Amino acid sequence: MQALSELFAKWPSERRRDVYENASKEQVLRVLDKQILDPMDFLTLLSKSALELLEPIAQKAHSLTLRYFGRAVNLFTPLYISNICTNQCRYCGFNAKNHLTRIHLSVDEAFQEAKALHDVGHRHILLLTGDAPKLSSPSYMADVVRAIKPFFASIGIEVYSLTEQDYAMLVQAGVDNMTMFQETYDPTLYEWLHPVGPKHDYHYRLNAPERAAKAGMRSLGVGALLGLAPYEQDTFATGLHAWWLSRSYPGVDIGISIPRICPHEGEFTVNNAVDDRHFVQYVMALRCFLPRSPITCSTRESAFMRDHLIPLGVTRVSAGVSTAVGGRGSDTQTSEGQFEITDHRSLSQMIQAIHDLGYQAVIKDWEDPTATNSACA
Amino acid sequence: MEDALVLGGISLQSRLFIGTGKYASDSLIPEIIAQSGAEVITVALRRVGMQQEGVMDHIPKGMRLLPNTSGARTAEEAVRLAHLAKAAGCGDWIKIEVISDTRHLLPDGYETCKATEILAKEGFTVLPYMNPDLYVARSLVDAGASVVMPLAAPIGSNRGLQTKEMIGILIEELDVPIIVDAGLGSPKDACEAMEMGAQACLVNTAIAAADNPVLMAKAFKMAVCAGRSAFLAGKARVHGLGQANASSPLTGFLR
Repeated sequence: MQALSELFAKWPSERRRDVYENASKEQVLRVLDKQILDPMDFLTLLSKSALELLEPIAQKAHSLTLRYFGRAVNLFTPLYISNICTNQCRYCGFNAKNHLTRIHLSVDEAFQEAKALHDVGHRHILLLTGDAPKLSSPSYMADVVRAIKPFFASIGIEVYSLTEQDYAMLVQAGVDNMTMFQETYDPTLYEWLHPVGPKHDYHYRLNAPERAAKAGMRSLGVGALLGLAPYEQDTFATGLHAWWLSRSYPGVDIGISIPRICPHEGEFTVNNAVDDRHFVQYVMALRCFLPRSPITCSTRESAFMRDHLIPLGVTRVSAGVSTAVGGRGSDTQTSEGQFEITDHRSLSQMIQAIHDLGYQAVIKDWEDPTATNSACA
Repeated sequence: MEDALVLGGISLQSRLFIGTGKYASDSLIPEIIAQSGAEVITVALRRVGMQQEGVMDHIPKGMRLLPNTSGARTAEEAVRLAHLAKAAGCGDWIKIEVISDTRHLLPDGYETCKATEILAKEGFTVLPYMNPDLYVARSLVDAGASVVMPLAAPIGSNRGLQTKEMIGILIEELDVPIIVDAGLGSPKDACEAMEMGAQACLVNTAIAAADNPVLMAKAFKMAVCAGRSAFLAGKARVHGLGQANASSPLTGFLR
């Protein structure tokens, strides 16, 4: 198996830039005729020329999405269990230097929050914490997972980078899905964006999905925070990372998230904002390159954008979202959110909206094949 | 003419099996069932609701449920999912899907055989999804499979009978029914499979992803019936282009 670093080394930023600038329309159309795409094809679909061919790319992306996912969209909701964080990510609302209410839920409080989400109808949940390894330790997370497991068919985590042993412990506790945003795949920019704290280590984070795969995680999600690096750099690197993972760990479902940077607490200038046309181009290029990969779109995006991305490749959306800690269960406090969400629809509103688009909202799409008893009995 | 397919002691009039995934709404399912004439419907246990909400509410009583083990990567996991399906009231038929390659979703023959052996011994009626390989098929039959379900093309691909030659060999060599599963893109593919002697077809994506799934369900029903009738009727010979020529250049000297 080729190492990820060797693969990235074949695609230096100048080469990415060159294809992005200079791929021809003819080359784009030729890619659309192909059945299996390679990384060069993916980059060609991200090129300037491809931006002028969005409709034919959309036709292909739509047809592939329909073929492999049908008219069905999976739903999940995030549950923030702690916003205490030792990092100082320059773009993040939970930056340790920002003054905001810091809350760390006890296992019992997390249980109450989870129960409230279950009672509304959620069956797939994504647990999030800040990066505070002593307070929000892997064993704390495992305790929360074990406590809330009876409520959910699927439990995912989106937390700081862990060791393979810690991931294995969480898998054992009942986690089946792990999401890790690399934020940017430019190591220099990454180091500047994450000046202090455990997250400063670029490679440790980059290799986290692989450690999770080795630990037995069933599905993984990767993503770059769009707006940090130039468009073609991080979009291409994200697809390449997912492609490499799917070839290296064929038994693991590899998904992609597509977060665009949002306004938040603190000050951060977005130098490479991705506009809507480029954003849609990216989603469609991902679908053509990785036809069977789930693509997740969060409430960073508007209802309008999310609804329009469903036919083009997005297969998983969040609903009933809060990026704050606490506030759903009866007695817990509420913090400020990590970022501003722009789609405030509840679970039932989201189900209706997906139905109105001619799609089915899928609430439950997992059954733990390693469990000996089932909630569906 | 009586022409039932008997599976697990059940006599089936319809030779079209259908799925439950990928529909715009589960509420379409009753009409799809009605128009397809199907008596067997497969359902992924992973989609079965925790309090029975969801897809199961839309499947009419009297349909034969064929739960599948979607999500299993090993024989052990498939066996667990089969047990969960039975405990959830889905009956004792099981479609084994063991897939550990998420890029192409091709079934793992070895693990499928292992799961088949375990579940058949436990009394399940086992319908294994497989790549059309004669040796794997024989192993599945030896392990207790009631049928084998070879793929026509990669699942979801709608590419039609790409594995036609290999499926033909299974039909010729095996004593259990061959049910063609996965990849059938249009009714003509199902018709062709039935004409070849397949005992049934399972179709999901080609119906669910059609612009009008209900009408497409009906089209598949008709195609499967037509193919079956053609098989039973015994086709007349197909004449090659040269055979209309009266001259016999190689045997003319015998006159």
